[in-house]
Amino acid sequence: MSPLFGPLAGLGRSTLALLGAVGRVAIYAGSATSHILRPPFYPRELLRQLLHIGWLSLPVVGLTAFFTGGALALQIYAGGARFNAEAVVPQIVAIGIVRELGPVLGGLMVAGRVAAAIAAEIGTMKVTEQIDALVTLSTNPLKYLAVPRILAATISLPILVAVGDAIGVFGGYLVSTSRLGFNAAAYLQNTVDFLQPWDVTSGLIKGAVFGFLVALMGCYHGMNSGRGAQGVGRATTNAVVSASILILASNYLLTELFFTA
Amino acid sequence: MIALSDVHKAFGAKQVLRGLTLQVAKGESCVIIGGSGTGKSVCLKCILGLVTPDRGTITVDGQSVTTRDRDAFLARFGMLFQGGALFDSMPVWQNVAFRLLRGAQKRPKAEAREIAIEKLRRVGLMPDVAELYPSELSGGMQKRVGLARAIAAEPEIIFFDEPTTGLDPIMSGVINDLIREIVTEMGATAVTITHDMSSVRAIADKVAMLHDGTIRWHGPAAEIDTAEDPYLRQFVTGSAEGPIEAVR
Ligand SMILES: Nc1ncnc2c1ncn2[C@@H]1O[C@H](COP(=O)(O)OP(=O)(O)OP(=O)(O)O)[C@@H](O)[C@H]1O
Ligand SMILES: [Mg+2]
Repeated sequence: MSPLFGPLAGLGRSTLALLGAVGRVAIYAGSATSHILRPPFYPRELLRQLLHIGWLSLPVVGLTAFFTGGALALQIYAGGARFNAEAVVPQIVAIGIVRELGPVLGGLMVAGRVAAAIAAEIGTMKVTEQIDALVTLSTNPLKYLAVPRILAATISLPILVAVGDAIGVFGGYLVSTSRLGFNAAAYLQNTVDFLQPWDVTSGLIKGAVFGFLVALMGCYHGMNSGRGAQGVGRATTNAVVSASILILASNYLLTELFFTA
Repeated sequence: MIALSDVHKAFGAKQVLRGLTLQVAKGESCVIIGGSGTGKSVCLKCILGLVTPDRGTITVDGQSVTTRDRDAFLARFGMLFQGGALFDSMPVWQNVAFRLLRGAQKRPKAEAREIAIEKLRRVGLMPDVAELYPSELSGGMQKRVGLARAIAAEPEIIFFDEPTTGLDPIMSGVINDLIREIVTEMGATAVTITHDMSSVRAIADKVAMLHDGTIRWHGPAAEIDTAEDPYLRQFVTGSAEGPIEAVR
């Protein structure tokens, strides 16, 4: 083979590997989803995961939203001042947080926290033969481990996003009224008058999609973890990176779908 | 009856099983011996369907192990994993009673707990261990909890992967007696992997020696000291001299 073909062959191989991986993830996602509806169900596991994934992520998501809302208010004020449009701060903060930054930053923070935790836990279970043990105890790992996590993340993230939206808007409000001289009542009135229900709902739908992706990536990479501690480490990294990229990519697609018609 | 016929399995370029054929009759206690890394654990995992063989057939009572109804099939088995494989997210008693707390054999929590404590007692563990988490136990204790979990639902067929490694001689004796008892009293079929020759003598009806991916020798336990096979001789006497290379 001529040396010219070396890089080409490499490119071909990695393209095939990528397509293969996409196919495997799609099949995994499909079978996990189909198991959501079929018994047996594990309600206790679901509750446990709702606590771990939803409730315990509140501080992280809340803090992220709060500081982002504050910073956004400062930037929009400074930017708006260039063409005498400082007054739009409440409206732009609201729409920016609710439509984009709330779901995306919330999703990314949860990806760091939850996808990593899920991949590490399931990966460790895999390398210590706990997954094999589950199977021999007539328990389907996909049903017992993946479904409760995926369901919990898909349910929790919209709620986290809703809470994050409120805190983010509040962060903007706090900065605007205390540092930028906005009138408190007028700021709130402007926000409420401006926001449409769809602004909020679209963000919540995004949240649900991101939650599904985060848990799916955690479970998939954990299940396919390599052997030993190194394998688990790599699975964790892959889970966080792929979840983050999928969140950003699907965010673009959803935005395209929702707001350009 | 468990029947393996001409089973092959390779991991990448490494050929582990090369035409393994073995039969274990119902109610029999079969012990598999063989050097470290010869594929004994892989062989058990093939029977349970955790590892798919590249070639060959495995049947249990004439039914292929790749049957559609996996849950019902696996409900007949109990397995002690070499590393214990305890679920570290739940306390010991829930590990032992795992099968009794969900699925087809589900029963009230209090009852499942009682059975778990009874099984723990049978492997020589005090009831107060029940509330601990696996990470709080010693290696030998974890092994015994794994054993208790394997027998908790009183399966017909039980696999023990090195049940006595890491145990003191007295505890090994207790476990050997327990395995013997399960076979004679409950009529279970047992397949045990062990490196411990005193265990072999205590629990085996039949011994199979795995070497080079196939069954090198098999026969009644009483014959292991008189059999002519040089591989078996070397293994039983534990000698460094012989056909089995010390470096593998
Ligand atoms: N999942 C796997 N992936 C790759 N190789 C494997 C896997 N499982 C087992 N092997 C290889 O197969 C061979 C046999 O492994 P196995 O665990 O069956 O040995 P063993 O006979 O049980 O040894 P020991 O007595 O030390 O437990 C080993 O060389 C091991 O490296
Ligand atoms: Mg082994």
